[in-house]
Amino acid sequence: MRLIIKDLCHRYDDLVVLDGIDLTVQEGEVLAVIGPSGCGKSTLLGIAGGIVAPTSGTIAVAGEVPDGCLNPVTFIFQDFALLPWRSVEDNLALVLEHHPLSAAERRERIESGLRRMGLWDFRKALPKQLSGGMRQRVGIARALAVRPAMLLLDEPLSALDAQTRELLMEDFLALWQRERTTAVYVTHNLDEALRLADRVAVLSRRPGRLREIVTIEEPRDQRLEPSAQAHLAAVRDRLWHLIRAEAQLADREIADA
Amino acid sequence: MPDTPMTGASLPLQDRSPAQPVRFRGGGFAVKTHRWAALLAFVLLIAVWESTNRFGLVSALFLPPPSAVASALAGMAQDGSLWQHLKASLMRIGVGWAMGTVAGMAVGFAMGIGSVARAVGVPLVSAFFPIPKIALLPLFILWFGIGEPSKFATIGFGVFFPTVIATYSAIDSVPRNLIRMAQSFGLPWASILRKIVLPGALPGILAGFRITASIALILVVAAEMIGAEYGIGAFVLTAGNLMLTDQLLAGVLVLSLLGLTIGTVLSILERRLLKWR
Repeated sequence: MRLIIKDLCHRYDDLVVLDGIDLTVQEGEVLAVIGPSGCGKSTLLGIAGGIVAPTSGTIAVAGEVPDGCLNPVTFIFQDFALLPWRSVEDNLALVLEHHPLSAAERRERIESGLRRMGLWDFRKALPKQLSGGMRQRVGIARALAVRPAMLLLDEPLSALDAQTRELLMEDFLALWQRERTTAVYVTHNLDEALRLADRVAVLSRRPGRLREIVTIEEPRDQRLEPSAQAHLAAVRDRLWHLIRAEAQLADREIADA
Repeated sequence: MPDTPMTGASLPLQDRSPAQPVRFRGGGFAVKTHRWAALLAFVLLIAVWESTNRFGLVSALFLPPPSAVASALAGMAQDGSLWQHLKASLMRIGVGWAMGTVAGMAVGFAMGIGSVARAVGVPLVSAFFPIPKIALLPLFILWFGIGEPSKFATIGFGVFFPTVIATYSAIDSVPRNLIRMAQSFGLPWASILRKIVLPGALPGILAGFRITASIALILVVAAEMIGAEYGIGAFVLTAGNLMLTDQLLAGVLVLSLLGLTIGTVLSILERRLLKWR
């Protein structure tokens, strides 16, 4: 599935958050979106997912959806957004209950999602009984249960410790290796973007405008190889060069505010 | 091997003073449980109270001893008057509280989820909430007569506003990220209300029940003191008028036990319904 954004602008009252964004995310592509704090990354994702109404501009999706897809454009949230009163399996059931599925198919989707994330043994646990990494795995399993055509990931690893981040990045890589799901991945972390994305869109400080899109040539499964490091370091430098001054100015603006 | 510690720059430390154990400084504010302290204080209080009467320090007319209060209570239980008064009070609390709670939750829900209801409701609730509800009892007697309906109305009205505020605030505090998550997965509006908003608001609503149960108890006593033949409030007032202070305190004890029982029932309800917390 492709995502096509044309001349997108968004404002909260007098505050212009996004201005003139033109962007296309290709089928099967992972596009990372980086930029300074407050530049509208999460708003862009909310608009792409249809939960924030844009002030102007158009946003569209095109292309095939996989068999059994119940929610073509699906979020994975930074704060996991799990219902604390529901068990792990019931959190997955929540997003299936309003679809006309047989009980057997519902069970199969829940089991498949939980097994893929290594959570089957924790299916009866409440979210409070899980670690941060496991909670995010529940969030991923919940997204997989609806068999999405496109994933919108809003800083999914930023609330987690470094080791858990590393493990979950491996999970994402395995997922994209296997299913080639289109993804928009919002992050603050350049290393996450370099590890996971095919292209990186850099936004300016508020109002967020698209400064540049940087392509990472190295195949994702070879980015830990020594031979890839020179190219990745050059891309990292380029990205840092693009956002450093903007991030400093954004920090000052936040401090002044 | 020298026993001098090394710094990061591999320089030997010259200080050879003897090692001192690190003094614990973290005490003083830690909460400790003293399981028997409350029971002991309670027993001590009753013993002192009983002794002041036994030794003639306080007149039994003004402050009857606990044994006399217990005896009066036992007498009330035996002759059946306790159950008659208790039944009347419980019925008034039950009906008045249920009326106020159902109406308050409905309005609170409407204000929590609807912007028009909120715009209309917030100023109205703010204006009516501070009125001492017992002051309206004469008006309710005028409207509904001296019988039960005026007492139900007083209790219901007293319970209504705190329930509206508790329900509205509880809905307002349901994490918005959960609602956005549900919207992003395409859950219908009614499902979001039933599966996210209602359970998310339940802790706040139950906390409101605790407050409104106390209000109902206060109002039933006040209403019964103004115009009732039966009820714990009426019994306490009559006992006071006849200087039967042992019976008066027996009535107060019943009210206290009633409040304690309601609180315990609500605690059990909270434990059952909010296991996830």
